Amino acid sequence: MSSENLIEINDLNFSYSTRAILKGIHMTMPRGKVISIMGGSGSGKTTLLRLISGEIRPSAGYVKFSGDVVHELSRDKLFKLRRKMGMLFQFGALFTDLSVFDNVAFQMREHTDLPESMIRDLVLMKLDAVGLRGAHHLMPNELSGGMARRVALARSIALDPSLIMYDEPFTGLDPISLSVIGNLIRRLTDTLGMTSIVVTHDVQKSLKIVDYVYFIADGVIAAEGTPKEVMESTAPFVHQFIHGEEDGPVPFHYSGQSYRQDLDLGDARV
Amino acid sequence: MHVSKHIVSVIQNIGHRVIESVWRLGVGSRFFLLVLLKSGTSLRRFNLVIRELYFTGVLSLIIIVVSGLFVGMVLGLQGYETLQKYGSESAVGTLVALSLVRELGPVVAALLFASRAGSAITAEIGLMKATEQLAAMGLMAVDPVARVVAPRFWAGVISMPLLAAIFSVMGVLGGYLVTVVFIGVDQGTYWSQMQSAVDFRFDILNGFIKSCFFGVAIAAIAVFEGYDAPPTAEGVSGATTRTVVTSSLAILGLDFILTAFMFRGVS
Ligand SMILES: Nc1ncnc2c1ncn2[C@@H]1O[C@H](COP(=O)(O)OP(=O)(O)OP(=O)(O)O)[C@@H](O)[C@H]1O
Ligand SMILES: [Mg+2]
Repeated sequence: MSSENLIEINDLNFSYSTRAILKGIHMTMPRGKVISIMGGSGSGKTTLLRLISGEIRPSAGYVKFSGDVVHELSRDKLFKLRRKMGMLFQFGALFTDLSVFDNVAFQMREHTDLPESMIRDLVLMKLDAVGLRGAHHLMPNELSGGMARRVALARSIALDPSLIMYDEPFTGLDPISLSVIGNLIRRLTDTLGMTSIVVTHDVQKSLKIVDYVYFIADGVIAAEGTPKEVMESTAPFVHQFIHGEEDGPVPFHYSGQSYRQDLDLGDARV
Repeated sequence: MHVSKHIVSVIQNIGHRVIESVWRLGVGSRFFLLVLLKSGTSLRRFNLVIRELYFTGVLSLIIIVVSGLFVGMVLGLQGYETLQKYGSESAVGTLVALSLVRELGPVVAALLFASRAGSAITAEIGLMKATEQLAAMGLMAVDPVARVVAPRFWAGVISMPLLAAIFSVMGVLGGYLVTVVFIGVDQGTYWSQMQSAVDFRFDILNGFIKSCFFGVAIAAIAVFEGYDAPPTAEGVSGATTRTVVTSSLAILGLDFILTAFMFRGVS
């Protein structure tokens, strides 16, 4: 079982101070698949990725990465495991003091003894995959938002990790780059056997490239299935999300005190 | 009744602030030790430090050189005015050199360094944190304390004494310019008085030691404030201000303590 599943998540709970964000998540992610995580803004998708990478610790439950419980690893073991993970941050997180080339070369220089000539070839290859080979000499502040994201993608696949987590890879891309990136994610998974987790709001695009979808709402998995199952689903939640309807089980507002109270119209005097 | 309540809340407030500061000092010291522990990478790959030396040291050169020159010129003018009343204007070289080497060189250079380079280090590390660069580095299995913080710390520590020395040299030249070239004090007197009065061990070495302490203090405060900054625009700007204020106070406090130790019973 665990040999074919790269990641197993069992009863995962997490809260920021007193606000419970995740309340008992179960997931399995087989090797070589593209798995998509969808959910409203603020539903805890980024938090889930940070739990998988061991950046934060769950309050209960666990994430297993090829058999190892992530939050129980020693610091050295965690760092070793992270070499097998790539992460594309929501806002790129390129190193602003390094050029595009040096950003992509960063991990090769830190973790390998490859000669500079080979690093050069590899970096240009990775940049070519995202269509930015010609931009290798630019600094991050000379890139547009979408270009920065593509460079960050090239950087996250620099060491051919076995897992890549993409946090919103499609936002801010023009339709052409969007297709290119979507297909790239699929191709990396198929040809290199990587496993991909794609956090996204872009339902239509992602349903074309993923193998399995999880919907998070209210801290639990609200629905899951293959793209086909999801498309045909009649569950009100899934329907609302896929068709972007305003009314439905997913609330648009961040929960707090009632509107009446905020406007001080309530009968409760202070 | 009301007044006593007010007093209690004031006292509570003071107590709260004291506890907060002591707590922060503790956290800061622990971070300082962590940086020292993780300095291996900086020593093994010294080019990381050299790169930062350029940003902290070389780019601070202009302000240090210009300020040193002016401070020396003012010292020369004021010293000449005063000494002349007692007919001992020939001692002006001694006055300029001793003031600079013992006190003004290390202290003024350190204050300038804190506001020029210390604030820049804090802002850079703080912004790297706010834009998730440090988190991204951690996820690439590279320790940001070893790779980002430690090289900046050591660059600060190395730059400070060198900049203080350059400041003093420029000050002595500034004094020379004003007193010898403009006012007409005898050139031979200026230099020879200076040479016989300035002691290597007591003056130059002690000044150097002072500037080393200042360098460690500024660099430690700057990297800590940056690493500890809340990851927002206000957080980073607040941290930058705190770096300048805290390190300036630290410089002045350390200067008093070090002076008390070094020049005790010398004169
Ligand atoms: N550092 C933090 N401290 C406290 N609360 C946080 C912190 N980071 C996130 N949160 C809260 O956790 C919840 C989940 O955040 P998360 O970033 O995981 O959402 P998300 O699903 O990625 O949203 P989006 O689609 O907008 O990126 C949010 O309600 C947010 O308010
Ligand atoms: Mg997010």
